[in-house]
Amino acid sequence: MKYIEEFRDGELARRIATRIRAEAHPERSYNLMEFCGGHTHAISRYGIKDLLPGNVNMIHGPGCPVCVLPIGRIDNAIELATHHSAIVCTYADTMRVPASNGLSLMKAKARGADIRMVYSAADALRIAQDNPTREVVFFAIGFETTTPPTAIIIRQAQALGLTNFTVFCNHVLTPAAITHILESPEVRELGIVPLDGFIGPAHVSTVIGSQPYEYFAEEYQRPVVIAGFEPLDVMQAILMLVRQLNDGRAEVENEFTRAVTREGNEKAKRLVADVFELRRSFEWRGLGEVPYSALRIKGTYAAFDAERRFGIAYRSVADNKACECGAILRGVKKPTDCKVFGTVCTPENPIGSCMVSSEGACAAHYTYGRFKDIEVRAA
Amino acid sequence: MTKVRSDYVRPVDFKHGRVDMTHGGGGRAMAQLIEELFARAFSNEWLAQGNDNALFTVPAGRMVMATDSHVVSPLEFPGGDIGCLAVHGTINDVAMAGARPLYLAAGFILEEGFPLATLKRIVESMAAASREAGVPVITGDTKVVEQGKGDGLFITTTGLGVVPLGVEISGDRARAGDCILLSGTIGDHGVAIMSLRENLTFETTIRSDTAALHGLVAAMVEAVPTIRCLRDPTRGGLGTTLNEFARQSGVGMLIHESKIPVRAEVNAACEFLGLDPLYVANEGKLIAICPPEDADRLLAAMRAHPLGAEAAIIGEAVADAHGFVQMETSFGGRRVVDWLTGEQLPRIC
Repeated sequence: MKYIEEFRDGELARRIATRIRAEAHPERSYNLMEFCGGHTHAISRYGIKDLLPGNVNMIHGPGCPVCVLPIGRIDNAIELATHHSAIVCTYADTMRVPASNGLSLMKAKARGADIRMVYSAADALRIAQDNPTREVVFFAIGFETTTPPTAIIIRQAQALGLTNFTVFCNHVLTPAAITHILESPEVRELGIVPLDGFIGPAHVSTVIGSQPYEYFAEEYQRPVVIAGFEPLDVMQAILMLVRQLNDGRAEVENEFTRAVTREGNEKAKRLVADVFELRRSFEWRGLGEVPYSALRIKGTYAAFDAERRFGIAYRSVADNKACECGAILRGVKKPTDCKVFGTVCTPENPIGSCMVSSEGACAAHYTYGRFKDIEVRAA
Repeated sequence: MTKVRSDYVRPVDFKHGRVDMTHGGGGRAMAQLIEELFARAFSNEWLAQGNDNALFTVPAGRMVMATDSHVVSPLEFPGGDIGCLAVHGTINDVAMAGARPLYLAAGFILEEGFPLATLKRIVESMAAASREAGVPVITGDTKVVEQGKGDGLFITTTGLGVVPLGVEISGDRARAGDCILLSGTIGDHGVAIMSLRENLTFETTIRSDTAALHGLVAAMVEAVPTIRCLRDPTRGGLGTTLNEFARQSGVGMLIHESKIPVRAEVNAACEFLGLDPLYVANEGKLIAICPPEDADRLLAAMRAHPLGAEAAIIGEAVADAHGFVQMETSFGGRRVVDWLTGEQLPRIC
């Protein structure tokens, strides 16, 4: 497949791996966090760890939109469908995230709630047009990548004069999460999480550009290499990070030049700025309350804000006690450090959110990597 | 089934008519629909007798029986429809025992309001598939449910077949060292269905691979009677079927990504839908496992048949008590090909 196969070339991967092995100094370690779930997925699916020397460690970051959604927000979405009889439209992965009382959107659907899986925000708008007598709510989640489409449908709904369509906005911001991790005691003071550099987001950066990361590189002296989601992108980014660390540099470099510019997508950024504003604080699963880390709908579009229309009250709900998703999302623990990993918590019956999405650290390890934990005799 | 006197009956309106509750009520309307549509389309000596059952002589040997309900949405898709799918699906389930399929039974659940024109088109496609396969539908049943309680049309088919002596095919017979063969490209059916989903329509030239595989199976069994396992990777795809074999047989599997035939269009569609072709449904493909010394002969027999022209040896069974299915990726790493979690696509067959 043109423009895809080129980035999955095994021969080239081995050549980059040889370079990484040659250039990584054996006396030190390289602890690199891939922020995005897309990178986590690629690392597991293509077995990238097999190609890296032992002193290059990959730490999974919190960049999986489903994983960082706190239970309380899912509860709110379920309430919209059950108490307010709204049609709640959502992206597929969100359906299986565990909520309170043993529910999830999928289980609520099985009990009669009208919850529909959509592939794009535009589908939700169409459902609203097709059901003029029903309230239709789009359960909007995701980082900067999915935010512009949500902005577009809100503007379209206004242009169409729809009165039965609202958005339950849960869009979150990448830079705020990275700052939060760098400011966390585990990284700053305790040094439990050695964090030498970041593989920066791919799709998010197509929207926000590479410029927002310059602050981290400068302020926290950590190199950032923005990389695409193909396995060769990840390999190349690792090599670039190793080189920066060897040189004592902390810069923002862009491996994903085929899609990312320094400025990003100006039109998309304007759209987002027109429709959304910063929330003072937002709860993330794993990270807790993170200041200025999420968006809400501006007053000028209040008519399309589900939180305002239905008077949604957010209530924080603690995670299952045995679940280590929080520590895993902060990079403090690995999936296998969790007692319920692969026993009580499996992709079929996820206890924590990291086991839900294929981008989640636990699901990725369970699906693609767990055989490495067990002695397997293979031909 | 009562014969209706043609002189005094207004023919069923197959142009504008719709299914109503009387078509399942056991009265004249039902008899007329059965006679003018089902009996005429499937026309054979058993249906002509007009009994509620079909009587036939059992041939010598071991019988095999399989049943399959079809609830696909949309009902018609590029390369087929629920009618031919219902015939192929059950014939294939019977054939995967190495059997020669003999007869089919079909149950139809119609939803009130379903257009008779569509029903006629689907029943005729089903009859054509049955004729082409040489496996007649010899008995059947029709029920009508109220509007909103079905999704247009559901079809359940049951098949009977006979297994030649000496053929022992079962999912629990794979042994370490055996070769795994695949009859052709994967993912065609699932992608064809997906391309028509109302909220997803995309343009593709991919057609469903729906086909009756008993001819291919007969050629394979004749060439290599020692085939150990056969299965058509329908829902859940290749990945799921290999996991089923691994669990049943208590072995591991190692497959090679570069050897698995996938059409470029299927790969592209999967790429932007976020699907893995290993888990996308097929309706005209089979996986065979045989002893290593017979693999080349089996491959040649498969390739000599039109439905196995793109067949390939894709991997081997390995000794692994955990029963993991592993794949050597084109990228150079190894990864687990796990059981499918949840469902990739709803209602595909």
